Amino acid sequence: MSGTVADIPAASFPPARSTRAATRFLRHRLAVAGVVVVVLLIAACAIGPMLSPYGPLTIDLRRRFQAPLAGPHWLGSDQLGRDLLVRLLMAGRISLTVGFVAMGISTAVGVLVGLLAGFYRGWIGTALMRLVDAVLCFPSIFLLLTLAALVSPSLATITLIIALTAWMEVARVVQGQVIALRERDFAVAAEAIGASDGYIMLRELLPNIMAPIIVAATLNVARAILAESYISYLGYGIQPPTASWGNMLNNAQEYLESAPWLALLPGAVITLAVTSFNFIGDGLRDALDPRGDRSA
Amino acid sequence: MTDPLVRVRGLSKWYPLPRRGLFRPREQLRALDGVSFDIRRGEVLGLVGESGSGKTTVGRTLMRLTEPTRGTIQFRGQDITHLPRRELRPVRRHMQLVFQDPYGSLNPRMSVERILSTPLLVHEPALSPRQRRRRVEEALDLVGLFPGAADRYPHEFSGGQRQRIGIARALIAGPELLVADEPVSALDVSVQAQVVNLLLDLRARLGLTVLFVAHDLAVVGTISDRVAVMYLGRIVELADTAALFTGPRHPYTEALFSAVPTIDPAARRRRILLQGDVPSPVSPPSGCTFRTRCPYAQSRCADEPPDLREVSPGHWKACVRDDLALAAPISAPILQPTQAD
Amino acid sequence: MPLSETGDLLRVEGLTVRFGAVPAIEDVSFALRPGETLAIVGESSSGKSVTALALMRLLDPRACSVSGRALLRGPDGRETDLLALPERAMADLRGRALGMIFQEPMTSLNPVHTVGRQISESLIRHERLSPRAAAARAVDLLAEVGIPEPARRASAFPHQLSGGMRQRATIAIALACRPRILIADEPTTALDVTIQAQILDLLHRLQQETGMAVVFITHNLGVVAEIADRVVVMYAGQVVEDAPVAALLEHPAMPYTAGLMRSVPRLDAALHTGRRLLAIPGNVPDPRQRPAGCTFHPRCGHARPDPCLRARPALEWAAPDHRVRCARWQEIAA
Repeated sequence: MSGTVADIPAASFPPARSTRAATRFLRHRLAVAGVVVVVLLIAACAIGPMLSPYGPLTIDLRRRFQAPLAGPHWLGSDQLGRDLLVRLLMAGRISLTVGFVAMGISTAVGVLVGLLAGFYRGWIGTALMRLVDAVLCFPSIFLLLTLAALVSPSLATITLIIALTAWMEVARVVQGQVIALRERDFAVAAEAIGASDGYIMLRELLPNIMAPIIVAATLNVARAILAESYISYLGYGIQPPTASWGNMLNNAQEYLESAPWLALLPGAVITLAVTSFNFIGDGLRDALDPRGDRSA
Repeated sequence: MTDPLVRVRGLSKWYPLPRRGLFRPREQLRALDGVSFDIRRGEVLGLVGESGSGKTTVGRTLMRLTEPTRGTIQFRGQDITHLPRRELRPVRRHMQLVFQDPYGSLNPRMSVERILSTPLLVHEPALSPRQRRRRVEEALDLVGLFPGAADRYPHEFSGGQRQRIGIARALIAGPELLVADEPVSALDVSVQAQVVNLLLDLRARLGLTVLFVAHDLAVVGTISDRVAVMYLGRIVELADTAALFTGPRHPYTEALFSAVPTIDPAARRRRILLQGDVPSPVSPPSGCTFRTRCPYAQSRCADEPPDLREVSPGHWKACVRDDLALAAPISAPILQPTQAD
Repeated sequence: MPLSETGDLLRVEGLTVRFGAVPAIEDVSFALRPGETLAIVGESSSGKSVTALALMRLLDPRACSVSGRALLRGPDGRETDLLALPERAMADLRGRALGMIFQEPMTSLNPVHTVGRQISESLIRHERLSPRAAAARAVDLLAEVGIPEPARRASAFPHQLSGGMRQRATIAIALACRPRILIADEPTTALDVTIQAQILDLLHRLQQETGMAVVFITHNLGVVAEIADRVVVMYAGQVVEDAPVAALLEHPAMPYTAGLMRSVPRLDAALHTGRRLLAIPGNVPDPRQRPAGCTFHPRCGHARPDPCLRARPALEWAAPDHRVRCARWQEIAA
């Protein structure tokens, strides 16, 4: 046949999409810094407390309100003489766990709702998107506090509450993308083949919208950490003596003038974590943007 | 005479437009307005028309990818117009679609093997992975690609190669009917000829029945046994290819032929320039929809939409004027020995 | 040789554009006479559009490097090199001496301004007309390009016009200041054949009336045959043939040109339906991976290891008015 195509040397192809995305991500300095900070934070929270001579609940009334760098406690101690560094790291375990788990749940719910709403555009889709709009109508902080006041606070319930107030954005993103992609020829092709709805949604469409989902999920971690801090700061969240970044702030209120480091340090860590995740999200958005791909 | 593979009767697709006022009636965009035709087993039926003629909608509707507003579709003797999706699935195996856009029609996140395996997973779930792989490689060979292509991703291929992959996907489950929707119009000229040849070869080898949708008259003439010409959602003329090209009977067909630029200086001829644009399919003219641009229109053309009627054996047209001597792009061969076949 | 002696209006010499290390076009040269229609024909990645954009200086200078010369003869007989002109002077020339229209009219029309305003803007800027005079002239121009009810259409926004009407409007904008050269980049590719015929007819008529020269970029040989006086065939970033249209269509010297002409389906194929077309095998090479030697040799039936793989053939004179880039054109012609 005259049109037979000879084998093409593999070297003539542009590098795969994933490598190019990685290259673009690495060019985004703030995002890379964000990754470094997050990795260091996680490592410190995981390992740090084991290396310290102090326990998070070890009370030492002789060394109350030690200022940072002014004694054996590197970052100082609180009103009960507990080591602030260890407490920050232990609180980090809680806050980061809440952040990641809430992100996981909210993303899963959001993807599911978005896929169904985008794919079945009849009454199912309309009903689902009205639900999204309805939940979005409430300011999320009120929703959070209302729910938190109704249930008995624990790590699991707090995580769930935060997740339930954060899935709508993902659902919206996914729904929009699915509506656009459904009209694309490859989705029509799958339909023409006779593939089932589930196959089209999960195998054909979902892989093509991973990029915005990943970005939204990353930003959701930041949001969940912040939400946990709000609730715990207001006293509805993680209950003492278990430390979280939020309830450490709450605890520090009374000593703002006498021991400002008790508020400043948790505040700084929250800011650090949240901005890092936001920078990572920005970096991912730029890196995964298909418009950066010429051949896409 | 055997039954046709496809029988379409009075097929219409109207899209409701958003209301423009509370008390105004909802307007309808008539993408397809009462189209009837047969596709005989083993033939290539060409469907030509300009943008907005509804030719793509015909293909999509007859495959039930778009729900028809009115009319019936029979496929292999079975009425599939209102078949529920579950019962449609086994039918889909026998009708497949090739797309215009070689970039959008292949999922960029899937390897070629995955893309070609999908029809097999749906219609032949009993196949083992090894058997599937073999079928994928056979299909690639069929369309002139090397077996190693299975492990690559769509972005690694040129437009022509992607179109071959799209054809392989359509053929892998062994369909009887292929709806080719502008399969070569996005390709470079030199590659376009390769894909046309491939379709010709495959059709001869596999005995395919093809609905070939295109706007390029020369390409349609090369590949089709019969050609239907569409204008504003209707078929205005339908005839054997040679008969249509040597003696068009509808003024629109004549104008369409005359507008095709040609490199053949002998074929250079007086051009019939149509005035104005295609009217809006939301409010088409009364009577014959072509009358507003037709150089031969008379007052009676505004009365009734002309029926598609047989004016000579196998030659159908929807025009009331039988007194016209229309120009043909090519003259009939004078006892030319048949070179083809 | 100065342009005044050759009678050329525009002469392009050694035009090369690189995007990083990737050469989009290499050593492109051609000449345009006053009132002539020059068709640049080629497939995707042949470099035909890059050539036009380079001439108009519309390529982003940060993304690519442009070298070579493009000499334009002014009304006073003075020569200017478009590629060496300061940006301000070029911007002035762009509206006045050089007009350009694109494949997709929406890319050159501003969606938030009325068509009339977009035409009059250029008149106010380049011809220093008063707003009132410019608006009146805009309506005249719309009438000239065959837009019905021009006064009403002048106040229409681009999205309110059909594809054919939009292309007419962009032609009106390009012609507002009576350019001496119109560069048309695939202006009819997005249009239906009956509308394409209208636009080709319009361009032909306007050219007769104004005497402007046209550089018409297209992939469609049929369109070339209808409108061109002279044809430049490009393949893989190079000019491979350059000849008057009749000579090129009757005696193509470069195997690529001949193959391209054979592979175009013709209407008379309808008499023997099902006969295979004479396709050119293989694919257009990726600009990053152009073959050594003659860039066409992997697809060429006449290719021989020597000389076709040895070196890039030079553009040779096959006749006083006919250039060809093929090392074996004499043998093939014989």
